Amino acid sequence: MSRPMGRPSQSSIRYSGPPMPAETITLDVFRFQPDGDGKTTFQKYDVPYHEHWVVLDALNWIKDEVDGTLTYRWSCRMGVCGSCGMMVDGVPKLSCAAFLKDYYPRAIRIEPLTYFTVERDLMIDQEGFLGKLKSIKPWLIRDDDQTPDGGEYLQTPDQLASYKQYSMCINCLLCYAACPVVGAEEDFIGPAAIALAQRYNLDSRDQGAAQRADALGAEEGVWGCTFVGECSEVCPKNVDPAGAIQRAKVDSVKTWYKKLLMPWGGS
Amino acid sequence: MAEAIQHDILIIGGGGAGLRAAIAVAEHDPDLSVGLVSKVYPMRSHTVAAEGGAAGVVKDNDSFAAHCSDTISGADWLADQDAVELFVAEAPRELTQLEHWGCPWSREPSGHVAVRPFGGMERERTWYAADKTGFHMLHALYQTSLKYEGRIKFYDEWFATSLLVDDGRCQGVVAIELRTGLIHALTAKAVILCTGGAGRIFAFTTNGAIKTGDGMALAYRAGVPLKDMEFVQYHPTGLPGTGILITEAARSEGGILVNRHGDRYLKDYNLGQPVDINDPRHPQKRTMELGPRDKLSQAFVKEHEKGNTIDSPFGDVVHLDIRHLSAKKIRLKLPFVRELALNYAGIDPIREPIPVRPVVHYMMGGIHTDIQGATPLPGLFAAGECACVSINGANRLGSNSLTELLVFGARAGAAAAAFAREHTIGATGVLEKQAEDERRRIREEFLTKTGGTERIAALRSELYHAMETGAGIYRTEASLRQTDQTLETLQGRYRNLQIDDRSNCYNTELITALELRNMLDVAGALLHSALERKESRGSHQRTDHPQRDDAAYLKHSLAYRQDDGKPRIEYLDVVITKWPPAERVYGAEAAHVAPDG
Repeated sequence: MSRPMGRPSQSSIRYSGPPMPAETITLDVFRFQPDGDGKTTFQKYDVPYHEHWVVLDALNWIKDEVDGTLTYRWSCRMGVCGSCGMMVDGVPKLSCAAFLKDYYPRAIRIEPLTYFTVERDLMIDQEGFLGKLKSIKPWLIRDDDQTPDGGEYLQTPDQLASYKQYSMCINCLLCYAACPVVGAEEDFIGPAAIALAQRYNLDSRDQGAAQRADALGAEEGVWGCTFVGECSEVCPKNVDPAGAIQRAKVDSVKTWYKKLLMPWGGS
Repeated sequence: MAEAIQHDILIIGGGGAGLRAAIAVAEHDPDLSVGLVSKVYPMRSHTVAAEGGAAGVVKDNDSFAAHCSDTISGADWLADQDAVELFVAEAPRELTQLEHWGCPWSREPSGHVAVRPFGGMERERTWYAADKTGFHMLHALYQTSLKYEGRIKFYDEWFATSLLVDDGRCQGVVAIELRTGLIHALTAKAVILCTGGAGRIFAFTTNGAIKTGDGMALAYRAGVPLKDMEFVQYHPTGLPGTGILITEAARSEGGILVNRHGDRYLKDYNLGQPVDINDPRHPQKRTMELGPRDKLSQAFVKEHEKGNTIDSPFGDVVHLDIRHLSAKKIRLKLPFVRELALNYAGIDPIREPIPVRPVVHYMMGGIHTDIQGATPLPGLFAAGECACVSINGANRLGSNSLTELLVFGARAGAAAAAFAREHTIGATGVLEKQAEDERRRIREEFLTKTGGTERIAALRSELYHAMETGAGIYRTEASLRQTDQTLETLQGRYRNLQIDDRSNCYNTELITALELRNMLDVAGALLHSALERKESRGSHQRTDHPQRDDAAYLKHSLAYRQDDGKPRIEYLDVVITKWPPAERVYGAEAAHVAPDG
């Protein structure tokens, strides 16, 4: 309902967009209802074609006007809540940022994010990802936790810039759906979780890198990555998880050598 | 049958306020167990979309008195001044605490946090993380909350449908587990509602799909009054068509608003006189583009009446021009503004002005609470946009809401923890019986019902239309009455609703139907509060009563739901401490008070 259509206002100020168009575009949508016969199918819907519409607008139109059973997640419709990731013609995308005009007049194939268990229709199971997120301890770890009364921890703009990019992840999971390692190795903690670990490791206020080293250095950690780089290609926020993983590999080697050479612990 | 779930404290809503409350409980008392019930994964909550920043006094040139005075005059004197004073005093500590939890606040070269000015501010005091402040705050809070494993249990994608009330106090909620469709009784010694606002009752809003007034409706139906519901904030700069927000930070960095003649029209609306965009004094605080949101949105309507707005494919607009800021500054300080304008308006603000118009953004009103976040129903607390303390009065100042959810989220968490330590869960049989009634109601009204003819989307779009035309920026008794009549019809038609989806697993259509009921209830409270307030104050502008009337209405409205579903409106005096009611002055005089920055 985000992009008003056919909802004329009587007030003198105009709100609404152009009238309903004659052209339509076909969405070929993956369907799976666990309550039903358990079969997966594709269902075709003809949707009014608006140049300014995104795939999410088309799905909302279907759910509102044609088929209330179509199931998917969405909220902000402005590319920041991370809810509405799905495969659009085989590519992981935020459906709120995938414009119909980039596909028209062809039909668009809509599927749930690949490599995830499908709960229903376009909804995937995110619990596994949350476990991976937690495993890298994504919070600021300090040797000397201070109360706020002493003022802020100082951090220069350059220090901020060194990790800022990795803090932009919206947890939309597109990078997992693009990563062949995630497909082959279920336990691989994956691009977003590794980027987030680097976000904290590189933060000048944080001293928790050693506590994250085990999760990162494990076989399921950075060493799982074969550097395909697809994660950075599909990231809608330019987080560059592939870059984060490469950096983490270097750090992981350093930690390993340190442990080997200074088993009593060095800093 | 669904298993019974018990916690010391239940928090409904996993946005900024809910997460801050959960951490407050975990830090106050490690023995208390918290259940956090959210209809979406917490990092999807709408706090994520807040852009500009969070206000807190931290620089030497600023003062608590100045933050209080800006907030109170911004509120058109309807804010409770005791609440504002403690809010302002606790704000810096909360923002610093969030810094300690990793929030990547933008910095000065010295390493101290940087601040920017926002509308209606005498001094710059808005902490920001570029122009994605809400996103960074929410993720910092969520990630920090994961530290408290075992103490905070997350019920992600659970939707609360009613409060469990027995023995005169709130002792839990009934909630649908979306994944299974099971309807559970969750009992607790205290419940905190942190469900956000209700912008989705309007057609054109910055709010995400989830902002359907759920917590407000839960409390309202349990007999708790909704306070100051007539005050709805229109943000002056939304993208036409989508309603996507272009942050006030665009203007605090120097962006200007112009009409079809290229004229900085705000000069005609008692907001002071412009200085040239190349003048080092630009932008002037509390002046022109940095006036308060209510006055800027009202000026748009007046410009439209004069024929000065610009015709666009998505309706009437004015232009927000930031080209003079330079590509470098736009990329550094307003990258999200550029991304949104590029993606959703096809405009690169480095080269072209951005088309904008006023858009429903925020509810000043909400669940009536005291300064501890306690509602009149013992055991029930509320914080964040769903609550009304009130620090926002008739018009919220930009960047006070992100701070509010920290200050009052933490306070509500502490107060609920204290309450929980002194109480036990009562007769669980009675509560389970209430849950069973709710299960039957939902089954009969939606899942097994036959013969209904109404679709959710049809009712929803009629509600949008009626609210926008009758209860928008300017209202009259006639427009409000007409909208209320439509609402009554919609309430009747709601009983004839039919949903397509009868399954248990992730029945999102059922949730949408339940959200629509919440929206209708909240809209009713809003309309009647607006009808009864026969004056113009802040965001509530009655063209049939154009003056502020302190003698009659320096009061909060309280909407109580009656048995027939209609609200009864009562009033409560506003708390005045040090700032006696006065005229709101923006422009020249304000600039005189704040000579430089």
